[in-house]
Amino acid sequence: MSAVEDVVTEAPAVEAVPKRAMTLGLGTSLVVLVALLIVPLFVKNFIIFQLTMLLIYGLAVLALNILTGGSGQFSLGQSAFYAVGAYTSAILIEYTGMNYALTLPIAGLICFAFGFAFGQPALRLSGVYLALATFALATAMPQILKLGFFEHWTGGVQGLVVTKPDAPFGLPMSQDMWLYYFTLAITIGIYIASVNLLRSRSGRAFMAIRDNEIAASAMGVDVALYKTLAFGVSAGITGVAGGLGAIAVQFVAPDSYTILLAISLFLGMVVGGVGWLPGSFVGAAFIIFVPNIAEGISKGLSGAVFGVLLFLVIFLVPHGARQVAIVAQQLIGKLKK
Amino acid sequence: MRSAIIRSAAFWTALVTFAATNGSALAQKKYDTGATDTEIKIGHIVPYSGPASAYGVIGKTEEAYFKMVNENGGINGRKIKFVSYDDAYSPPKAVEQVRKLVESDEVLVVFNPLGTPSNSAIQKYLNAKKVPQLFVATGATKWNDPKHFPWTIGWQPSYQSEGLIYAKYLMKEKPDAKIAVFYQNDDFGKDYLKGLKDGFGAKASAIIAEESYEISEPTIDNHIVKLKASGADVLISITTPKFAAQTIKKMAEIDWKALQIVANVSASVGSVIKPAGFENAQGLLSAAYAKDAADPQWKDDAGMKNFFALLDKYYPEADRLNSSVVYGYGAAQTLTRILEMCGDDLTRANIMKQAANLKDFTPDTLLPGVRINTSATDFAPIEQLQMMRFKGEKWDLFGDVISGEAATN
Amino acid sequence: MELFTNQVLAGIATGAIYACMALAVVMIYQAIDHLNFAQGEMAMFSTFISWQLMQWGVPYWWAFLLTLAFSFAGGIAIERLLFKPLAKAPILTNVAGFIALYGIINSFAGLIWDFTIKQYPTPFGSSPFLGSQLISTHQAGMIGVTVLLLILLFLFFQYTRIGLAMRAAASLPESARLVGINTSWMIALGWGMAAAIGSIAGILIAPVVFLEPNMMLGVLIYGFAAAVLGGLTSPLGAVVGGFLVGIFENLAGTYIPGVGNELKLPIALALIITVLVVKPAGLFGRPIVKRV
Repeated sequence: MSAVEDVVTEAPAVEAVPKRAMTLGLGTSLVVLVALLIVPLFVKNFIIFQLTMLLIYGLAVLALNILTGGSGQFSLGQSAFYAVGAYTSAILIEYTGMNYALTLPIAGLICFAFGFAFGQPALRLSGVYLALATFALATAMPQILKLGFFEHWTGGVQGLVVTKPDAPFGLPMSQDMWLYYFTLAITIGIYIASVNLLRSRSGRAFMAIRDNEIAASAMGVDVALYKTLAFGVSAGITGVAGGLGAIAVQFVAPDSYTILLAISLFLGMVVGGVGWLPGSFVGAAFIIFVPNIAEGISKGLSGAVFGVLLFLVIFLVPHGARQVAIVAQQLIGKLKK
Repeated sequence: MRSAIIRSAAFWTALVTFAATNGSALAQKKYDTGATDTEIKIGHIVPYSGPASAYGVIGKTEEAYFKMVNENGGINGRKIKFVSYDDAYSPPKAVEQVRKLVESDEVLVVFNPLGTPSNSAIQKYLNAKKVPQLFVATGATKWNDPKHFPWTIGWQPSYQSEGLIYAKYLMKEKPDAKIAVFYQNDDFGKDYLKGLKDGFGAKASAIIAEESYEISEPTIDNHIVKLKASGADVLISITTPKFAAQTIKKMAEIDWKALQIVANVSASVGSVIKPAGFENAQGLLSAAYAKDAADPQWKDDAGMKNFFALLDKYYPEADRLNSSVVYGYGAAQTLTRILEMCGDDLTRANIMKQAANLKDFTPDTLLPGVRINTSATDFAPIEQLQMMRFKGEKWDLFGDVISGEAATN
Repeated sequence: MELFTNQVLAGIATGAIYACMALAVVMIYQAIDHLNFAQGEMAMFSTFISWQLMQWGVPYWWAFLLTLAFSFAGGIAIERLLFKPLAKAPILTNVAGFIALYGIINSFAGLIWDFTIKQYPTPFGSSPFLGSQLISTHQAGMIGVTVLLLILLFLFFQYTRIGLAMRAAASLPESARLVGINTSWMIALGWGMAAAIGSIAGILIAPVVFLEPNMMLGVLIYGFAAAVLGGLTSPLGAVVGGFLVGIFENLAGTYIPGVGNELKLPIALALIITVLVVKPAGLFGRPIVKRV
């Protein structure tokens, strides 16, 4: 268009996180794991349900974290992948009577393919343009689910009710508790796989792209492949989370998966710390519990209270829970000396 | 004065209950979780935040109503504890909040939860737990299904029955009408559309154009332009307040003089017609079951005087033009009535039994002639509507009070 | 054919709304280099202020000017109080800040003014424009104001010292500081101007969509889309983008059979993305060359 072209050295949108700092130490991991295993034995079913939702949203935030914190691509469209996963599970369970556990890998695979395909045009876009493209996907999804064309399967605007599974093998536990442990097992599996992914060759390629795309391609990283792969992996994990969410909530409807969900997941990632995988679950706790706290303070102004609390968090710790963890680590290090 | 009315009403219902139950219920007190000698715990969800937060005033009005009940001595000596949570119009959040109400706050009933998606999400859970899902705040037809969901009961007239009434009216008054339907693309719009089509039956070809909009659209101008081009001479506008007002205004701007019918949810004088301009709304048709607080014809109405007195004392900041305030008042009054009828048998089963045993009950805010009737097979409390035409600055009711149920047959 | 012209005209009328908002979006992008999700809410709040002033008996044009001044000051205040402390935080943290601001403004407006829609006056009247029943005098006036704003912005950025300094501060902050530009205050100024332009957009849009706390939600989405389509750095692009999106969307809704009407917005957005894939900097944006 114009003869003068801006030459800019863009500061990376996502700052570099050293890969060792992306996980928890072994000791801390074990403590967290034990806590996650025994807490449900002492609380009401309702709390167990909330914890299950925490793990599910945590997975979805983790998926976004792999995409943004790992490969530096920004997405406001995670709710779309979550919806596809949820509907896949719901439709398979309700129409084909398939076992709920089997629907999850299918949901994951479909979302992987969907995300991989979406990653292709997204390759040409970055920053705000990518944000708009993913945002478009998120706003389109509820409308697509409502289409008369799919109504036979999706239940249209009325949604679908999903049956909640009983504990298998006659295990003496409530549906909620069984679903919690089931979700926990899947979460741990995906978490370990994600950590390993980011430590692998592919993970290093993601991070090279995040830190400097041109340098990465000069070093021989297939930028297009790894960027779309990051989209695919992220969408796949989000899809599994969506499927679990459908089973836990026992209901899917277009109104469950609006842009607000995508925004919540994004906030979860920022609060947890971009690029720090364990933070995903801290972020998930934030998006589940803080609205309840805000509501407890003032009903009429719950939105404002939530906003103020969010501001407080980002003022105190602009890098999210990761910053808290680093400070804590340093303190412990000092104590040991 | 007001307390005298309530006390006498309480006495009267107690008497009726006594007679009806042969004294056995009064003899011994029976409670389920959430009820004690001194307190009845009522759970409630409504969007206080998010895009549907406009409905939050329903919760605030109900809270004000129960405060009044408590200050006047409560119900049969028990105070109402109203626990209301925000579901942000999100089904997963609704499930979480309702489970919190039932399992953590241990409420007796979940009262007036709002929105078809949220209610669909919690229906199975509440029925499995045998907790009443009392007077849901949505007009879907599916809430009237006592056989499969004996713990769920509706309140307002169903969207479908209102659609039926318009269809019957048009077939009678304007048999050769060419009809355009403009509807919101969600459960609300689609239910109405179904009612309309059922009503027209074989004559459904009278609907020559259908057009839907999404609530995320800033303006609906292009839809109206398109519908005008269809050559229709009747427009049925199944829209929520903002879009209804835009439609009325746009039709006037582009000089489209079709007969317009607007859905009851958007018939509010204060929050739709006044902003759209009275001059643009002359001859508009709709149907109603409740009185409009902004309509001067109810200024001296005894029921509405109670309503305004409540707002003055307990909810002074309420916007009196907002039809949601009238709605909340009517729903809260119906619940109060049921609890009075339950006497000392405050079990969940008895609450459903009494809710299905309302005979000719008329809350202060319902139109004269509209009565609430329920039975073991009829879980649709309000079924009657009256047609009205907008003239000057108010609605003129005309014709008989029509039952949507009767229109079905 | 008549339907086609009608839809194009209606698209232009609606496009004027988007164009107005897109101008405010471009303004803030020039200043801070990213999009502000709370911008629509800021515009809504300003519009409510002007409405309140008129309710208190202040004449239209005085209310307009007072609101403009209030918005300008308010925009600067928000930047100084809330976002200056975040200047060193990662960009995504800033985005979270915008979302928080969105919640705060929306919630307060709902509490103060309630959610029922309110009629908002227009100085242009709402009779048919030049006998055309498709565009009202208000919409014609809106297009006029948008074009006027565009010209003023163009002159400001191209020919005034402050305008040039702002552009420099946004695109090359380090170099700008070296030549003595106070980049921090340039950002605040950008916020102020964006808020003021936003308030004009709100005041022009309110008579069409009615005033209520959620009125800008949909408008902002389209405003973003328009600004991105036009190229985020170009006010002209934003306005052209606004009109194009308005027309696009109407034609898609009218002529794509089956799903066109229900998927109007997604189709319009998909089209924009297609344009971006071909021209990543938007129609009028300057291409950016990256280097290591």
